[in-house]
Amino acid sequence: MEGPVPPGTAVRRHALATRIWHWVNAVAIFVLLGSGLGISNAHPRLYWGRYGANFDPAWLQLPRFPAWITIPASYNLAISRRWHLFFALVLGFGLLGYMLWSLANRHFARDLRLRRRELSGAHFLADLKAHWNLRFHDPERPREYNLFQKLSYILILFVALPLAILTGIALSPGMNAAWPWVLEVLGGRQSARSIHFLCATGIAIFTIVHLALVILAGPVNEVRSMLTGWWRVPE
Amino acid sequence: MIGRRGILTGGAGLLLAGCDRVVQIPAARRILFAGEDMQKGLQRALTDRAALAPEFRPEQMSPVFRSNGTRDPGTDAYRALADARFADWRLEVGGLVARPLRLSLADLRGMPNRSQITRHDCVEGWSAIGQWTGPMLGNVLKAAGVRPAARYIVFTCADLYGGAPYYESIDMVDAFHPQTILAWAMNGRPLDVAHGAPCRLRVERQLGYKHAKYLMRLDAVASLAGIGKGRGGYWEDNVDYDWYAGI
Repeated sequence: MEGPVPPGTAVRRHALATRIWHWVNAVAIFVLLGSGLGISNAHPRLYWGRYGANFDPAWLQLPRFPAWITIPASYNLAISRRWHLFFALVLGFGLLGYMLWSLANRHFARDLRLRRRELSGAHFLADLKAHWNLRFHDPERPREYNLFQKLSYILILFVALPLAILTGIALSPGMNAAWPWVLEVLGGRQSARSIHFLCATGIAIFTIVHLALVILAGPVNEVRSMLTGWWRVPE
Repeated sequence: MIGRRGILTGGAGLLLAGCDRVVQIPAARRILFAGEDMQKGLQRALTDRAALAPEFRPEQMSPVFRSNGTRDPGTDAYRALADARFADWRLEVGGLVARPLRLSLADLRGMPNRSQITRHDCVEGWSAIGQWTGPMLGNVLKAAGVRPAARYIVFTCADLYGGAPYYESIDMVDAFHPQTILAWAMNGRPLDVAHGAPCRLRVERQLGYKHAKYLMRLDAVASLAGIGKGRGGYWEDNVDYDWYAGI
């Protein structure tokens, strides 16, 4: 349905699949980041290559993450791993289900596909200017995602999350035996561990920006739309 | 007035604290801990049970292979064994077997041995690559005539934790895996004390704490119920580590 929609009109914004996955995934990401920081505290050094331990050069020495940001709060590697490995399944199978559902209901094709008119420098600059002025919706097409929104969703859905899952699988010695090609692609287990951490950092930054933009765009309207599916076109 | 940022960070803090409360609830804890069985079930169901862990070339080995856990059991009994260069050491093989064995280092060396350059992954996150040599555990178990009722192999060690020997266990899938060996040599030399002399387990598809060092005996058992607190290993019993450490 195209054409101008008067401000204040309630429009159907998010399909059921999107809403269910969003909230399941929100919990999973939250737990995975917190427990991941707890696991990092066990050996806060990152390496490139197949091996890496205390006598090998680390490319990054991480800080000790404080209790208020880790799961559990007091250092406990076993319990951090229990949280992390349970919610890794929620994340992985959740993403798989969401992707299949979103192909079937054409969410990806309809909402995330970049259009020809969006792929120009002028459009990019216009979108940048609109963001600067805190306008996130094209009044002509209020239901559509803007360019930056599409690009960040594409990056998170098709790059950061799948790579975080793949690098997570690469950390499992059992899976290394079963699927040795994963390690070959990633350049060794310690490289996989480093990439896993970089993906987590990207996901954390995405989450912070996402939450900030929800607040700037109108938190009640945005959260309601992700709960009920209905979104009110802003003034 | 509490700002939106305050609500957000405060909310996150409450949620994190909530996670710690959740783990205290027995039912929630059971669900969370069931993740281990799901991961193990998925791996065993979707992958080849005989798949080999990656092996490496000599030039891919760690320049320094750090030691971890017990670096010296330090008991009088162990010191006596070490002073005699483990000539008096015997590995007892018992439990559900037709022929209990007492194997010397010479016996282990005399069996067909396997050398493998593999990666050791500590649960903490570090990895080191080294070469290990020893007979396949499966061949030792066949020599002892392990009975069909046996479902696990329990390893008892010379190092003490809280006054009792360290112990670990694996199931028959890993016990008969070709890379599961009783290593008496590392990087071409007899195993040193820091790395588990005179003999340690290598179970290459699992994390480091499963690779029991300072082996003294192994028992074939039908159940882990009578071992320690019943969860199959020192760390499993005392700090909630996963028994299945393939992930």
